[in-house]
Amino acid sequence: MFEIRGLSVNVGDRPILRDVNLSIGKGETVALFGPNGSGKTSLLHTIMGIPGYQVLSGTILFKGEDITGKTLDQRARMGIGLAFQRPPAVRGVKLADLVRILKAVRPDDPGASLQAHIARLDLENIQSRDLNLGFSGGETKRSELLQLLAQGPDLVLLDEPDSGVDLISITAVGQTINFLLEKEKAPAHRERSGLIITQSGCILDHVTTDSACVMVRGRILCTGSARDLLEDISNKGYEGCVQCVP
Amino acid sequence: MCPVRKEVRDGNVGERPAPEMEVDFAKYRTRARPHPRLKKLGDLPDDLKESTLDLGLDTERGCRAGSYVQVDHSVLFSRAWGKGLEVTSITDAAGKRGRLRGYRWRNLSPEADRFTEQAKRHPHHGFFIRVLPGVKVELPLQACLYMTERGLAQNVHNIIVAEEGSEIHIITGCGSDPGVGEGLHIGVTEYYIRKGATVSYTMIHSWGREMVVRPRSAALLEEEGVFISNFVSLKPVRSLQMDPVVTCVGKNARVRLNSILLAPEGTDLDVGGRIFLRAGECSAEIISRAITTGGRIVARGHVTGAVPQVKAHLECRGLILSEEGTVLAVPELEGLTRDVDLSHEAAVGRIAEEQITYLMSRGLTEETATSAIVRGFLNVKMEGLPSRLAAQISRAVEAADISGM
Repeated sequence: MFEIRGLSVNVGDRPILRDVNLSIGKGETVALFGPNGSGKTSLLHTIMGIPGYQVLSGTILFKGEDITGKTLDQRARMGIGLAFQRPPAVRGVKLADLVRILKAVRPDDPGASLQAHIARLDLENIQSRDLNLGFSGGETKRSELLQLLAQGPDLVLLDEPDSGVDLISITAVGQTINFLLEKEKAPAHRERSGLIITQSGCILDHVTTDSACVMVRGRILCTGSARDLLEDISNKGYEGCVQCVP
Repeated sequence: MCPVRKEVRDGNVGERPAPEMEVDFAKYRTRARPHPRLKKLGDLPDDLKESTLDLGLDTERGCRAGSYVQVDHSVLFSRAWGKGLEVTSITDAAGKRGRLRGYRWRNLSPEADRFTEQAKRHPHHGFFIRVLPGVKVELPLQACLYMTERGLAQNVHNIIVAEEGSEIHIITGCGSDPGVGEGLHIGVTEYYIRKGATVSYTMIHSWGREMVVRPRSAALLEEEGVFISNFVSLKPVRSLQMDPVVTCVGKNARVRLNSILLAPEGTDLDVGGRIFLRAGECSAEIISRAITTGGRIVARGHVTGAVPQVKAHLECRGLILSEEGTVLAVPELEGLTRDVDLSHEAAVGRIAEEQITYLMSRGLTEETATSAIVRGFLNVKMEGLPSRLAAQISRAVEAADISGM
């Protein structure tokens, strides 16, 4: 479904990612941990194809195709979707406008189910507001999820979906992510995969993952079960991980 | 002389000099072929119906509270359907004894500039709209000033009177046939907004490429009067310059001037607004959205807070979508006493790359993403406007040609 082989990336002259290898099978969800500035967001942006991330070596494979040279809109149309951590405000473009545009290009109509999600995510009132303009942290996360629902991606990239979200709406956020990743289906029947960055691990109380990995200084150092890794990190901090940096 | 300030001419617009704004009146014809008066609006010739549709002229019955249609120098139609509402040509109103007394040239001096003077010297009608005290007209009222003759000058003088406690929404469409070539339109408009009255005035301009346009307006607001002016110009026009003056003389009056401007190559728009707050608790907003795809735009705004307890905000955003286009934002605030609250924000530049990237990450092509942002940019929320008129503006924005990026 999705694989990264030997990926090294610079932003300007600065090395951001070094020899990253990662594989996510169909229907799998992977959590990504790491300290601030370790390159987690850069990895998601590179997968999405955001300009400015210069791939020095390595390949990104999606649905059996090498997408390393594809533009970000091509990747999005192939089925990659990213919920940004801090999306820019777009004055004049309403959340509802964008959702309408996204729905229109999809072959299947997510219209009816979308209404239920809008209600659950408590987005009725911000739909008519300019995209991300003056949105609170929680509103931003929920609005990003709504856009992904309208887009319907097969690879769901979530950049800290739990930061800034209050205790009450975290449940709704979790439910929405579970819907996006088809968690209601048996693992063998899931078509969609996910890669979730989380610092606190809060979202993992609501969304199950198949595995997790830790990124430090632009490298993926270890892989294991999310629970074990999170326990290790909360006991020893990332200091323990740093020792693993070659 | 048109009131373009010297510092602008002298090169604030960078290396590109401001286009020549001298207008030679002798170049334009002062006589026009007459057009017959219409019995009903539906009798408007099909070609005119078609070309005035974009200007908001609705010839179906029951959609408007009143209509005034002028083509070149002929009044084709003027009628009010609503009660407590008068719609006539200014010429007819002047004929009825005393009708215009206290209104004509009371709010605006004919000596204000040479265009105003020219409009007084060679008048070609214009409309008189008056809504009686306490009458709230729900349906919009429409006025259309159109030009079909090559090389013509059309000088109109309009007067709008909203008596105490009344409310009216007016849509005016001003434009010319695409084939008209050169022409000059001078539109003098005086607004009298009495105590507690509300006037919304939406202007959609759609001129030919070689037209010179000089609207000259002045509004007077009494206590608790509300004036909302929306100006929309999205088509190429050689030169359009206006700087309407609004004076609030009564307490708690509210003014909002919105303009939506698009300047393709060969277009020169200089659109401003001067608001004088002369009574306590008055408030004003000037909001402009300016896009150039190759033309030159000057977006001005000037607010004077002359007494304590007044409030105003100017907001000007300009997008430059081509190498050749220029935008000059000139927000001016003048406080004449301590207790005033005047502010402005202005931003001029390109579309932020990260906004385009963001929308493209959802699968939109660069073109679709840019278009969504540009149309969103122009779609200013126009508070206090009936939904029909808001929809009219949105349609114009949707249809605007924003290519040339």
